[in-house]
Amino acid sequence: MSAVLEVSGLKTHFFTHAGVVKAVDGVDFTVSKGEIMGLVGESGSGKSITGFSIIGLIDPPGRIVEGSIKFNGEEIANAKEERLQGLRGNRISMIFQDPMMTLNPVLRVDTQMIEAILAHESVSKQTAWERSRDALGLVGIPSPEERLRAYPHQLSGGMRQRVAIATAFLNKPDLIIADEPTTALDVTIQAQIIHEAQKLTKQTGTAMIWITHDLAVVAGLAERISVMYAGRIVEQGGIDDVIDRPLHPYTVGLLGSVPTANRRGKRLFQIEGMTPNMLDLPRGCAFGPRCHARTDACGEQPLIKDIDERSLRCFNPQRAAEAVK
Amino acid sequence: MTVFIIRRLLQALLVVFMMSVIVFFGVNIVGDPVYMLVSPDADQADIEAAISRLGLDRPIWEQYGLFLKGAAQGDLGNSFIFGEPALKLILHHMPATMELAFSALFLAIVIGIPLGLYAGLYPDGRLSKGIMAASIFGFSLPTFWVGLMLIMLFAVELQWVPATGRGDLGSFLGIQSSLFTLDGLSHIFLPALNLALLKISLAIRLTRAGVREAMGLDYVKYARAKGLSTRRIIFVHVMKNILIPVVTVMGLEFGSLIGFSVVTETIFAWPGMGKLLIDAILQLDRPVVVAYLMIIVLFFVLINLIVDILYSILDPRVRLQDQGA
Amino acid sequence: MSDVTAESTLAADPPTKVETPFQRFRAEFFESKIATVALGVFLIIVLLAVLAPWITPQNPYDLAQVSVMDGRLPPGSEAFDGYTMWLGSDGSGRDLYSAILYGLRISLTVGLASGVIALLIGMAIGLVAAYAGGRIEAIIMRIVDLQLSFPASLVALMMVAALGKGVDKIILALVIAQWAYYARTVRATALVERGKEYVEAAQCLGISRFRIVFRHILPNCMAPLIVVGTVQTASAISLEATLSFLGVGLPQTEPSIGVLIANGFEYMLSGRYWISVFPGLALLLTVVSINLVGDHLRDVLNPRLKK
Repeated sequence: MSAVLEVSGLKTHFFTHAGVVKAVDGVDFTVSKGEIMGLVGESGSGKSITGFSIIGLIDPPGRIVEGSIKFNGEEIANAKEERLQGLRGNRISMIFQDPMMTLNPVLRVDTQMIEAILAHESVSKQTAWERSRDALGLVGIPSPEERLRAYPHQLSGGMRQRVAIATAFLNKPDLIIADEPTTALDVTIQAQIIHEAQKLTKQTGTAMIWITHDLAVVAGLAERISVMYAGRIVEQGGIDDVIDRPLHPYTVGLLGSVPTANRRGKRLFQIEGMTPNMLDLPRGCAFGPRCHARTDACGEQPLIKDIDERSLRCFNPQRAAEAVK
Repeated sequence: MTVFIIRRLLQALLVVFMMSVIVFFGVNIVGDPVYMLVSPDADQADIEAAISRLGLDRPIWEQYGLFLKGAAQGDLGNSFIFGEPALKLILHHMPATMELAFSALFLAIVIGIPLGLYAGLYPDGRLSKGIMAASIFGFSLPTFWVGLMLIMLFAVELQWVPATGRGDLGSFLGIQSSLFTLDGLSHIFLPALNLALLKISLAIRLTRAGVREAMGLDYVKYARAKGLSTRRIIFVHVMKNILIPVVTVMGLEFGSLIGFSVVTETIFAWPGMGKLLIDAILQLDRPVVVAYLMIIVLFFVLINLIVDILYSILDPRVRLQDQGA
Repeated sequence: MSDVTAESTLAADPPTKVETPFQRFRAEFFESKIATVALGVFLIIVLLAVLAPWITPQNPYDLAQVSVMDGRLPPGSEAFDGYTMWLGSDGSGRDLYSAILYGLRISLTVGLASGVIALLIGMAIGLVAAYAGGRIEAIIMRIVDLQLSFPASLVALMMVAALGKGVDKIILALVIAQWAYYARTVRATALVERGKEYVEAAQCLGISRFRIVFRHILPNCMAPLIVVGTVQTASAISLEATLSFLGVGLPQTEPSIGVLIANGFEYMLSGRYWISVFPGLALLLTVVSINLVGDHLRDVLNPRLKK
């Protein structure tokens, strides 16, 4: 399988009045053609910023300070705006978190879909309209002609997110970055949306990065998973591997805090402490102060180690796994 | 809803009635117009004849009663100076004022909105800071002084346009206006600009605030993620969202433009209602003063009434709040 | 982002030094160069106006000191009495520099007096509304809203049309045109404060309504009142000048800046610009400097905008 996206050593920092926020601080991962990768982390872990860095939508005071983003072999980190604009919505699409906020309230759905086609292709408005209609049909929207004429506020939240997904697939992109696309939706709708997205990636061979804080979502959807903490990926590997046998104490904690049927009645595992202040990260391993498997070695920054097709940033993976049992 | 409108209508009527009392008694307590109207060598008999002709010998409450009775029939009394019905005089001067106010509103929108747009898009730019500084000046400079400076610069020094008066009238679609002749346009330019100044500042601030808010919203980021050009994002996605509120507010300012035109008309010798008012005040021509003030009160009450009703139709919360208070 | 900033500034403060609110306010105010300069300019203007009788070459309204021979002299000319008229002279031979300083005395007096009186009356009415609540509050606020729906300049114009000329009448007209702004400010603050828990707590402790209004609500109104007060005073000065310029404000015997500008207007078309322009610049400096100070005060005193 060839790689659609190769991110290595990516650092995106925000230069605020209060200091430098290292929102993304050395992230590496690869996404292959047609693959779905889950990017998991708490809010503030840098997972969304990673997504926006790839698509080149980091606004001042933030900027990509280091690293490389290779898209189909082409370096696009800090590429020219015209080049990025040509890729966005065309080869790389994005789906946002809140469908209430992302569709422009004063423009009709057809305007907002057609413009996404016309921005990248010179086809007639009629053709663009027909493609939009077909795309809506593909994501399971009944009577798409009618929906095209509607304004966003006339559609339900789930319907709007389907519109966003249909729009993302309009130009048959190579990569879609979905930034918590189901967080704002009801659980039942969430399942439908995930199903549609999965089906479409299969059909079109589009790769996808699914950003979420919800391990349960990723478990049923992704093939590989990257867990982020404080701007770094702490654990990465095949979905079943990581979920069945987490090695990093943070992943262990995350999995332990998901309520499941077979541990009913038992006390849920809790990660101690608070998410770190990004302006004032602890020395060494950022998770150190909250880690139950902490040793003296954790005062240093752990480097990435590859263990059994998995990469990991931890000095004590074994201790972590044992502590939970 | 109907109850709400009826209540508002009654309130409006009450306001007009209250203002008529204040205005009538206020104006009629000051000065004695008779001494201005009869020649200095007139004898007692002449003066008394004048007094009884003008109805000034009756008790003031009776004068008010007559005024009210007349007002209900559209008769606001005769001008002491011109001997014509005051209402007719004012209506005769109204087109010039309306023409000026509309031109000012137009200038405010076509100058203020683009400048505000620029300042909102590049808030840290040098030009933007200049625009904002200018708008602070626009707010704090006295209108009449700016008028003087405009005359000095454009009419006296550069001699580009005439300093005072209204130009030739032209006719278009049955409407008579000086806007339809070149001479008329050259005459209206300075007074309209002068009157517009405050509203230009207002339009700049409103637009800038709107643009800055909109640019941070998700739908703009989403539009960028679709690969749309900056042009399309600004002129379709952003402008469509902010134009409606900005233009609405500007429309509401129309009443205050009519009010402010008193100053501008006096400076530029523009033959509108405002100049008529100042002349009437200076000559103690009470019926004209009272009639003008009543018309203005009516005008404002009407604008407010329309706005109130529109808001209550658009926003049911306003109605609830009103009943709660 | 603002939260982060607030935390870090707190952390940056050395814990030993405790600033009083006033010291903190002073430090923040003088952080802005523009506001500091504006305040300086305004204080100089006030000082010049106060000292006018001692620092001007003539009393422009003492007929014995004014010579018609000096009429309409351009800036820098030498007067009949031998001193230099740096800003020229007006139509009746008055030295403009002297006339402007004397005019500022009148303009500032009218502006400040009407500002203070309107503030006191508006504050009192606003507090009554806040104290009484219920129907009385509703009625008062209806009147306030009604008046604010008319531009202040129009209200003032109506008032002078009704009242006539004179310093006292102008002040009255300006007070009537402006009290509602203060009343609204007090009421708005009262509404916010009344909703806060400490007022509820005070009520639970059985503290009287009167005490709550005066000890809790009033102090909280001071900051917004000061901000509104500066802006409204600037607008009062500007309004008075406008009315006087239109000939319906102060009479020729009380020659404020507005009257001076009006007198110069007739000479402007013939190119004798200085008679109107210099008084105009004086007015401009006064109004703009007060507004800049007010603008910055708003930033400093408004806790929501604090970084």
